[in-house]
Amino acid sequence: MEYFLTEEQEMLRELARRIAEEKIKQVREHYDETEEFPWPILEELAKVDLCGVYIPEEYGGTGGGVLELCLAVEELCKVDGGIALILAATALATFPILLFGNGEQKKKYLPDIASGKKIAAFALTEAGAGSDASSIQTSANRVGENYILNGTKCFITNGGEAQIYVVIAMTDKTKGSRGASAFIVEKDTPGFSFGKKEKKMGIRSSSTRELIFNDCKVSRGNLLGREGQGFIIALKTFDASRPGVAAQALGIASGALEDAINYSRERVQFGQPISSFQAIQHLLADMATEVEAARALIYATARMIDKVPDLRVTKEAAMCKLFASDVAMKVTTNALQVYGGYGYMREYPMEKRMRDAKITQIYEGTNQIMRNEIALALIKEAAKTKK
Amino acid sequence: MNFIVCIKQVPGTTEVKIDPRTNTLIREGVESIINPFDAYAIEEGLRLKERMGGKVTVISMGPPQAESALREALSMGCDESVLLTDPAFAGSDTLATSYTIACGIKKIGEFDLIICGKQAIDGDTAQVGPGIAEKLGIPAVTYVKKVEEMSEARIRVERMMEEGYEVIEMDLPALITVVKEINEPRLPSLKGMMRAKKANVNIWNASDIACVSTKIGQLGSPTIVNRIFTPPPRKGGEMILGDPTEQAQKLIERLREAKVI
Repeated sequence: MEYFLTEEQEMLRELARRIAEEKIKQVREHYDETEEFPWPILEELAKVDLCGVYIPEEYGGTGGGVLELCLAVEELCKVDGGIALILAATALATFPILLFGNGEQKKKYLPDIASGKKIAAFALTEAGAGSDASSIQTSANRVGENYILNGTKCFITNGGEAQIYVVIAMTDKTKGSRGASAFIVEKDTPGFSFGKKEKKMGIRSSSTRELIFNDCKVSRGNLLGREGQGFIIALKTFDASRPGVAAQALGIASGALEDAINYSRERVQFGQPISSFQAIQHLLADMATEVEAARALIYATARMIDKVPDLRVTKEAAMCKLFASDVAMKVTTNALQVYGGYGYMREYPMEKRMRDAKITQIYEGTNQIMRNEIALALIKEAAKTKK
Repeated sequence: MNFIVCIKQVPGTTEVKIDPRTNTLIREGVESIINPFDAYAIEEGLRLKERMGGKVTVISMGPPQAESALREALSMGCDESVLLTDPAFAGSDTLATSYTIACGIKKIGEFDLIICGKQAIDGDTAQVGPGIAEKLGIPAVTYVKKVEEMSEARIRVERMMEEGYEVIEMDLPALITVVKEINEPRLPSLKGMMRAKKANVNIWNASDIACVSTKIGQLGSPTIVNRIFTPPPRKGGEMILGDPTEQAQKLIERLREAKVI
């Protein structure tokens, strides 16, 4: 389908495609097997300016927005759904700085992220606070010009590897969800350490780790926005970042579809390529239709966000993540089916895609929470028009 | 320092089609790319610039569409570009091409080092690089696999041989042609691509570079191509079976039959 991308967007997409094909494809198995963090790939992304595609030019980026981020993530994920998280998870932690950071904070952190010198991580989830994010226990107590952080975050993508962390902590537990605040915490801050490194089903090249704050002193200058704004910052961040997760799912699905089509034309059974069988054809047709629908939804939402930054897009962003991740799970399952027994073998990239796809239904809000958010928005909209 | 890199736009396939009437390459309908060996020349130019300072100018002779190859070179980080294009250049052989590019380089002005790929993948002659050096009256070293040292006045390079390599030192200005062992070409960067899109490509014709009309194009090309064809694949060899004594006997018989011994 033609999406009428600008010439710059086409260039970006082509460049991301080349990086994926020329630099990632031959090492994806290695990183999946070893669970090593793909620093050399970050270097490649940095060299061609792909780390700052959604960051304004004044901070060293190339001045694009959410659509540019989605295009890059989609292309990279066609080849590997895990390695691209070095970019996508950094974006998740960069949006709060872009949206709520003051001039000084932006100047200090954005150029290093745009150039690929540093990566970032966003920390909200705790062992007892996943979908129920407002029950986080990590605290930040104001002492003079500093805040003292205590608590443990878990399942943090890029954890342990990132140099910059955006952490949500309670500054006033009596105020409930209005008592949370967001802080920028740098790696190597005294009192900040890393705990358990998770072993995962998929996205195994990505690091997922515990963050431990033990009387960690953070300067007041590192508070993002105002005290008490923590959850607003988190929600606004998710509105901007969920299309990116959706793009990850889209890329995984799209890569699986491409491979399945090619394989079905090569694989001969009963004396003919299996692509000549209607059973396979219908699978491919459904997969392609769903992938295209996901793409259309993501691009349209990304364009909305980029065009009107203050627009409330919680519903659309949630729809993107919900739909694209469900499509990714279904399409990777069926693409593996097209491969038959070979698809189940680790020698082929299909089983990895299924493993990688699963997380997109879970993180940055489970798909059940996505449905809650969509329904809530629908009811609110209806109530408004009835008035 | 001033580096000049010579590039050629070639069809992005090894199965080139040849016009049987004119015995020249058919370029229509084939995706065009920078000659892969020239990409190594561009990369080496950029690396030497990063090491020594200065600028890299990339030059090409070809039809107007070769401008896209120059823009790609700019997106990799080259500073300036020149396209030599004129209907009068059509039909140039390696002699006329060397002369034309040498005229273009003279117009660019001062230079310290000219870098070319070892050969183009379409014609495979490997003559234009040394030809340019000859026309400019400067020394040339072909098949360079490493630049060991470079100063304002001299350059020391390793020249690839079938076995081992030669170390050659020469005065600048000079010309080298490079092999793929010399480096790994970088991908263009996004910022580079955006810059290249807006950049100016200098387009010069025959009169701009003040070349002699009898030395360019078909007129300046003494090469006559009688026929171009893809050689048939070699037939497989014959296996002589049996134990070593039998094999030796059979081999001697066959060699005698063939009147080799």
